[in-house]
Amino acid sequence: MADPMKIRAQMKGDTADIRVLMSHAMETGQRKDNAGNTVPAHYIQSITIDVGGKRVIQGQTGTSVSRNPVFGFRVKGAKAGDKVVIHWEDNKGDKRTDETTVAG
Amino acid sequence: MNKILFFLAASLAGTVALADGDYRAEAIAMMKHDFKTKGIATADRVNEDGVQAVCNRSGDHPPKTIAERLEKDQLESIRYPADGKLMGDWKAGEKLAQSGRGMTWSDKAGVPGGGNCYNCHQIGPAETSFGTVGPSLYQFGKLRGSGPDMQKYVYGRIWNAKAFNLCSAMPRFGHVQALTEAQIKDLVALLLDPQSPVNSK
Amino acid sequence: MKQRPSMLAAAAALTAAFAVQAQQPPKKAPPPAKAAAPAKSAISEEFEKFREVLEEDNPAELFEARGEDIWKNKKGPDGASMAQCDLGLGAGVVKGAYVRMPRWFADVGKVMDAERRVVHCMVKYLGYKEEDIRKQPFSNVNKTPDHVSVITYVAGQSRNMKIAVPQKHPQERATYEIGKEIFAYRAGPYDFACATCHGNDDMRIRTQDLPNLRKPDQAIRAYQGWPGYRMTGGFMLTQQWRMNDCFRQQRFPEPTYLSDTITALLTYMTVTANGQLYKGPGIKR
Repeated sequence: MADPMKIRAQMKGDTADIRVLMSHAMETGQRKDNAGNTVPAHYIQSITIDVGGKRVIQGQTGTSVSRNPVFGFRVKGAKAGDKVVIHWEDNKGDKRTDETTVAG
Repeated sequence: MNKILFFLAASLAGTVALADGDYRAEAIAMMKHDFKTKGIATADRVNEDGVQAVCNRSGDHPPKTIAERLEKDQLESIRYPADGKLMGDWKAGEKLAQSGRGMTWSDKAGVPGGGNCYNCHQIGPAETSFGTVGPSLYQFGKLRGSGPDMQKYVYGRIWNAKAFNLCSAMPRFGHVQALTEAQIKDLVALLLDPQSPVNSK
Repeated sequence: MKQRPSMLAAAAALTAAFAVQAQQPPKKAPPPAKAAAPAKSAISEEFEKFREVLEEDNPAELFEARGEDIWKNKKGPDGASMAQCDLGLGAGVVKGAYVRMPRWFADVGKVMDAERRVVHCMVKYLGYKEEDIRKQPFSNVNKTPDHVSVITYVAGQSRNMKIAVPQKHPQERATYEIGKEIFAYRAGPYDFACATCHGNDDMRIRTQDLPNLRKPDQAIRAYQGWPGYRMTGGFMLTQQWRMNDCFRQQRFPEPTYLSDTITALLTYMTVTANGQLYKGPGIKR
């Protein structure tokens, strides 16, 4: 199973600054291993973020994103104490959901 | 070489504190135990040769008499090209100067190494990614001339820098066969050929 | 409630773009002949800024978390755990231990650096096989081994602490002195010592600045940022790896992993950096 995400969510004025670090190999499908075999593509293809019960991001990602990627979002109108739920799914059907609350 | 080493041991003994010598002996024994052959980098590389031993025991500042004597030995060991031609192709020299390959355990046997020149020297005007361990060589031929004596000096200096400055930081490229005769000629041309960008206005 | 999200950037694309840029410095007008060494290049300054931004969200944290999980939850075949591991401050104490190694460990009668001690404990308590660890001591794009994650965790537990490597035990002092000798020892086909590149101020290899590791305020630069997350490939590398690769470039044969030679060198370098602030696991290109 995939390792947990690291999520930071902090209010800055009226905006929540959310940063998430995901643990994922993000194989492009173009890399070859030491034996010369192509390593199959394996990448996060969808991300959703809910803040305070409301979907604020529904996004698609591809193989151009790095291994162990970091994403940053600014969500206007969120408030301290709101629950942040982040979910990803990859092209092999692996998925992971982690959550935190927005710090004041 | 053995004779030289004995001579050195005798002349340096007075200048080195005993404790240092003990730690050095321990350090050398430790390294001989811990370093292993990998690829072309054989375990015997941790053994010092005469010049290295002198520099190691004097903090790279050997007494003048010893330095001069060993520099002379090194100078006599330089083999100049049989055909008497010291300048090759500066374009090939530039490529060689760019390459930092050679002699590591990840380099393959039999593949010619690079000159590693830009690692430490400013050379051509187009390359701004250059090191500063050695002096700038930009405009070298223009400033120093490119006659037969200068060609011989540059060839010799690349072949064995220790012949001119015993504990120089620069490798002895010809002496240890890191570069071939033809490669060194190309590097001489890079520095001295009036057509080389090194010597452009 | 009106919510307007905006996606900032994926670190990845930036990393890739930067790697290309780093290899192709912009062509500038040639500096004048015999010019003094130019100031630190624009490229390396730009890279420093970029690295600082990424340091806030360093993927090294993922490895710290993985290492913490192994440290706290993994059990050996006899039910032992890393709670029994003494990193020099008592059994199970991790906080501040990293910046206090290498040090003398009476139980083994040796001076050990942090990585060596962690591996020792993982073998002793968690049942890892030393020969397996030696088969792949360093991370690569396919695998970051468990012990590397544990070292990253241990290092993270000394974040923002001052380096305080002890020099009380006679063996600790002797190890420092031996390391100092190894640092200055020239050998191999290129006649290089560590000191050839790292024994003077203000020198560079290409655009890479070379710290003078004989001075405290520069010795910290060889310590800072390790273990480091390598953006090219996305894995963690440790100080043992750093020493190994230095010797490769020094044209030496390969130093044995976790050997006395590396412990001695790390002792010399870390003691020299005593009193300097360690910022925790870092990020490298």
